Amino acid sequence: MTREFSLTDLRRAAYEMRIDILRMLHAAGSGHPGGSLSLIDILTVLFYRHLDRTVENALAPDRNRFVLSKGHGVPGLYAVLARLGIIPADELLSLRRLGSPLQGHPVNAVLPVVEASTGSLGQGISMAQGMAMAAKLDGNGARVYALIGDGEFQEGQVWETLMSAPKFGLDNLTVILDYNKGQIDGPTAEVMDIDPVLDKVRSFRWDVQRIDGHDFAAIDEALRRTRRGDGAPSFIIADTVKGKGVSFMEGTVDWHGKAPDAEQTKTAIHEIETFLRDLN
Amino acid sequence: MSKATRVSFGEEIAALGASHNDIVVFDADLAKSTQSWIFGSKYPDRFFEMGIQEQNMIGTAAGMALCGKKPFICSFSTFVVGRFETIRMSIAYSEANVTIVGTHCGIGVGEDGYSQMALEDVALMRTLPNMRIIQPADDAEARAAVRFLVDNPAPSFLRLTRQALPDLHGSEYAFEFGKADQLRNGKDLAILASGPVVANALHAAELLAVEGVDARVLNMHTIKPLDEAAVVAAARETGRVVTVEDHSIIGGLGGAVAEVLGEQQPTRMLRIGVRNVYGESGSPAELYRKHQLDADGIAAQIRAFIA
Repeated sequence: MTREFSLTDLRRAAYEMRIDILRMLHAAGSGHPGGSLSLIDILTVLFYRHLDRTVENALAPDRNRFVLSKGHGVPGLYAVLARLGIIPADELLSLRRLGSPLQGHPVNAVLPVVEASTGSLGQGISMAQGMAMAAKLDGNGARVYALIGDGEFQEGQVWETLMSAPKFGLDNLTVILDYNKGQIDGPTAEVMDIDPVLDKVRSFRWDVQRIDGHDFAAIDEALRRTRRGDGAPSFIIADTVKGKGVSFMEGTVDWHGKAPDAEQTKTAIHEIETFLRDLN
Repeated sequence: MSKATRVSFGEEIAALGASHNDIVVFDADLAKSTQSWIFGSKYPDRFFEMGIQEQNMIGTAAGMALCGKKPFICSFSTFVVGRFETIRMSIAYSEANVTIVGTHCGIGVGEDGYSQMALEDVALMRTLPNMRIIQPADDAEARAAVRFLVDNPAPSFLRLTRQALPDLHGSEYAFEFGKADQLRNGKDLAILASGPVVANALHAAELLAVEGVDARVLNMHTIKPLDEAAVVAAARETGRVVTVEDHSIIGGLGGAVAEVLGEQQPTRMLRIGVRNVYGESGSPAELYRKHQLDADGIAAQIRAFIA
């Protein structure tokens, strides 16, 4: 790292990236704002302070890796990669367009810096496990992070990985649950309740923490704790708000998978710009 | 010496483990059956017992491959290939260098019955762009295929048998990926067979030869990419094509050959295989007789076809 970013720097960056996300989704005319806005604070702290991702190390064999298992949150991932200079910022508006490497869900084969092709839920967490196992075999000290959704947590493959990672002693694996409590068909608690999620994961012998997924200091501290090295994989339940940062999107399942129109985009960006001004 | 191709795989991958420390092997609680235990006993640090979690095995292996390892994931073919959509995303679409080793293919599984038999696996894997499908017909071919897969990484499916198969090739056999292996020349018809039934098809050709029918026999060890040139040449030069496989006649070798000929060399065809029915319990010999996949059954179907 060339410089240390303060929590205020990170907060500012995350809100600026919210503007990028809204612009991308509006330009694409489709996509998932709710989940992209709920995870962006987590990704910001992760990429700047824990992956220490730079252009130079973006594809280094021993890099720390991040798998976006909830692939539909990819506008958030593209926004972070652009801000770090790993993908060109002017490419963001090509999201979901024919021929763009910025596919509607991440595709490793066309954009290797996204680490894994995801978009079918439940699979990224297994792939992250495999990457953590490879790092153990190579003894290179690399850490692997996966971000999953609360709807995704319903998939059987997630439970398979919850069972297997402790067996392999993957203390270099961290899974973060973006617990925004909404999915396409409604509130997660009604569609298929995952609670008590903390007890469930802990019973599989993971080190489990529960944090406010929009509290930058808490995110940073939780990620720091995952470096314990005691053999147990780490699971962070991040309580988040779907559509966080845009008042008319916050907490509404309706904004899971539709793009804002011109007027809505303008209103949302104005609100975030006001917030950023007040941050000074 | 006859040997099950799963045993050939197990012995060969274990032998290669010494010189290739990037090989990693996974199994899902069937290591004794798939023969992956041989590798596991020699290289326990590179062998991963996943329990009965085929999806997780697929994804974990894909993650390993994306970090530069060469994973081989082993299970009964129907159990691993049955997790089709996971293979589609985590291995094929991701271009992850994983070899899916599917053992216990076809009705040759026998007494365990349909739930353990893979009769649709080739059809499923064939739909995935770039997925390679190799089905060896004997011990030498299986070993050569394993060596090829280790040296030429890409998403692949290796289809193996539970039952022993007679030797068709010597140990000096030169396996050529993607090239049909001609076992018998002939001008009256062409029999294109793959895997466990190649020896039966060859025997059937000998029975027909006695009756004055001169059949060409091609061993199609590589089902994808199919040797289209050999298929078209066989059709053009003999005028009649018969496919033989221990798989559904829908979507497997027969389907692949029909697709090629339909576009390039329309030819009268007979597809011999499991005719759109489920498998059942019975001895492998009884099942092969019932489904006319033994030499007599193949010859009988061909007689009717050319009559």
